[in-house]
Amino acid sequence: MRKTALALAAAAALLASPSFGADKVKIGFITTITTPAGVIGRDMVDAVNLAMQDIDGKMGGLEVELFIEDDGFKPETGKQKTDKLVKQDNVHFVAGFIWSHVLLASRKSALDGGKFLISSNAGPSQIAGRLCHENFFSTSWQNDQTPMAMGEVLNQRGVKSLYVMAPNYTAGKNMVAGLERTFRGEILGKDMTKWGKDAQLDFSAELAKAKASGADGIFVFYPGKAGGAFIKQYQQAGLQDEIALYTVFTVDSIALPNLQKAGMSGVLGSLNTQFWGPDLDTPQNGKFVSGFRKAYGRYPSFYAAQSYDTIFLIKSAVEAVSGNLDDMDGMRAAMAKADFPSVRGPFRYGNNHFPVQNFYLRKVVEDADGVWTTTVVDTVLKDHQDVYAAECKM
Amino acid sequence: MDTGLVAAQLLNGLQLGVLLFLLASGLTLIFGIMDFVNLAHGSLYMVGAYFCAELADATDSFLLAVALALPATALVGAAVELLVVRRLYRRDHLDHVLATFGLILCFDALVQMIWGPEGMAIRLPAWADGRQILPGGLVFPTYRLLIIGAGLAVAAGLYVLVTKTRLGMRIRAGASNPAMAGALGIDIGLVFTLVFALGAVMAGLAGMMIAPITEASIGMGNEIVITAFVVVIVGGIGSIRGAFVAALLIGLIDTMGRSFLDMGLKLSMSAQAAETSAPALSAMLIYILMASVLAFRPQGLFPPKTR
Repeated sequence: MRKTALALAAAAALLASPSFGADKVKIGFITTITTPAGVIGRDMVDAVNLAMQDIDGKMGGLEVELFIEDDGFKPETGKQKTDKLVKQDNVHFVAGFIWSHVLLASRKSALDGGKFLISSNAGPSQIAGRLCHENFFSTSWQNDQTPMAMGEVLNQRGVKSLYVMAPNYTAGKNMVAGLERTFRGEILGKDMTKWGKDAQLDFSAELAKAKASGADGIFVFYPGKAGGAFIKQYQQAGLQDEIALYTVFTVDSIALPNLQKAGMSGVLGSLNTQFWGPDLDTPQNGKFVSGFRKAYGRYPSFYAAQSYDTIFLIKSAVEAVSGNLDDMDGMRAAMAKADFPSVRGPFRYGNNHFPVQNFYLRKVVEDADGVWTTTVVDTVLKDHQDVYAAECKM
Repeated sequence: MDTGLVAAQLLNGLQLGVLLFLLASGLTLIFGIMDFVNLAHGSLYMVGAYFCAELADATDSFLLAVALALPATALVGAAVELLVVRRLYRRDHLDHVLATFGLILCFDALVQMIWGPEGMAIRLPAWADGRQILPGGLVFPTYRLLIIGAGLAVAAGLYVLVTKTRLGMRIRAGASNPAMAGALGIDIGLVFTLVFALGAVMAGLAGMMIAPITEASIGMGNEIVITAFVVVIVGGIGSIRGAFVAALLIGLIDTMGRSFLDMGLKLSMSAQAAETSAPALSAMLIYILMASVLAFRPQGLFPPKTR
């Protein structure tokens, strides 16, 4: 009798559990592994692996299977890889995406395939506005927001004129648009340089123009490796004594180690804005940064922070539906609540599923061990929502 | 227009030009003498940069690192010629392209395995890191002046080597008629290996000189080698003099396009349209030049006399 009862209980438990049939949470993660931008992809993949360790590879009782793909810094490759993840691997979540143009090219494949699409970095204006979608979520920011914060900083500091440089692609244009939205001074010159796999890395001509413009400051957006190259040339041209440097997504823990090695001390003290910083004081961030430094021996970048959040966002969705991965509505509702431990602390999602969050002013400093890093010095924008949310009919 | 800015941009263009010449001279020799299309020339540029960065780390001296990295790059070049390229001379150009494209993938993967994806910075010695005040009050980075000087010196050395020495005579003989040169007792195989290694050294030197500016990174040569091919075609295949003139011309056109095209375009269109179309147009300028040369003077500006 007792045996039968046990068997019945076991059967009931099995039937109740949707994990019956060895279901797995399948997550596709697209980033750039090859090309010089592969250094960003490495940071993101390292963070995802760290998050997987921290959750013991399980979400809501289900095993998690990761599919990491390389977009080769090219929109068409990103789209192909998304198609593969959707059709062949039949993943539940397509996440990752460093580059706005890659995300825009891949968006339709993932969403039309009925998958959740989660951007761990790119935040193009289109997806925040008229192309917004109920199954899209961001763990980062909309492109315009960070430079908008920088525009405010420049106003506060009385910077009257500016020279602007950014790469000529979706995010570069968004960054400049964001800056122009809040900066009240004059923009004396602007260069949009070639970008992509064969990006321009020698900025001698542009720096000579910046210097000749006589602007108070120079604003740049050069993510990844280009950032380090830009800062080097800025210092080699002796501009740090003539034109102050203000950056977004340029001076980070990816550029700083090589800058320190090359002795580019001109970058110390330079200002940038960001939604996060390695020393931001939240419980999840403390765990993340110390775990990352212990595992990989370096500071995590914001790319890594957002990727770490991506896994915890997905986990909150899977747990809310007790592992019933067919319950898209339940998972969507759970993610929209942003009810997970985020490295940035508590935040909420706007109607377009981009975070409504704080933006901080950060300064480049030397830490106690002599390693160059950034430290949060001030809150510039509080609970800031991007301007495109109004265009999103959702 | 600000004359100081124009002068600075001329120097910037010259600096890009000599770097292109270092790459293109090897390409044009290999193309002209062995009739071999070497897409992997950019990989030797990358290998040179990584060797230099590694050695600069180990020795703490940029100059010593360059001095040691040059022969090391030559060895890599010679090894590539002996192991791979040698077997391909008799095949057609498509096979050259396929094989050397494969070499690029191998080199990129090897570099990623050895040095990782993050790239390597090189610290310049203090004497090279400053700025010089030139006549007319123009301030210009010392290191970029050094690149110009070194590039011009190498160009002069190459000219002497090819026109005044016995080895140069053999190279020219091999280029004109390899079968006849072989019959006269010149070891053509050895000459080919030497030329390939020489090309590797010059490509490597270009990589070493750019690395302190942009860092050594994976695939860094894959784009600039395309521009170097444009130089070879504009200058005339096999012509070192042509490569020199075309490299400087293309360096100047590229830099001037990036500097002044948006100003020019703003005269005829809205600022917004000028800002977005100027970078695209300036990236096209050198290809427009190449297309015009191919249309009106397909043999290039300075084709070698002997062909």
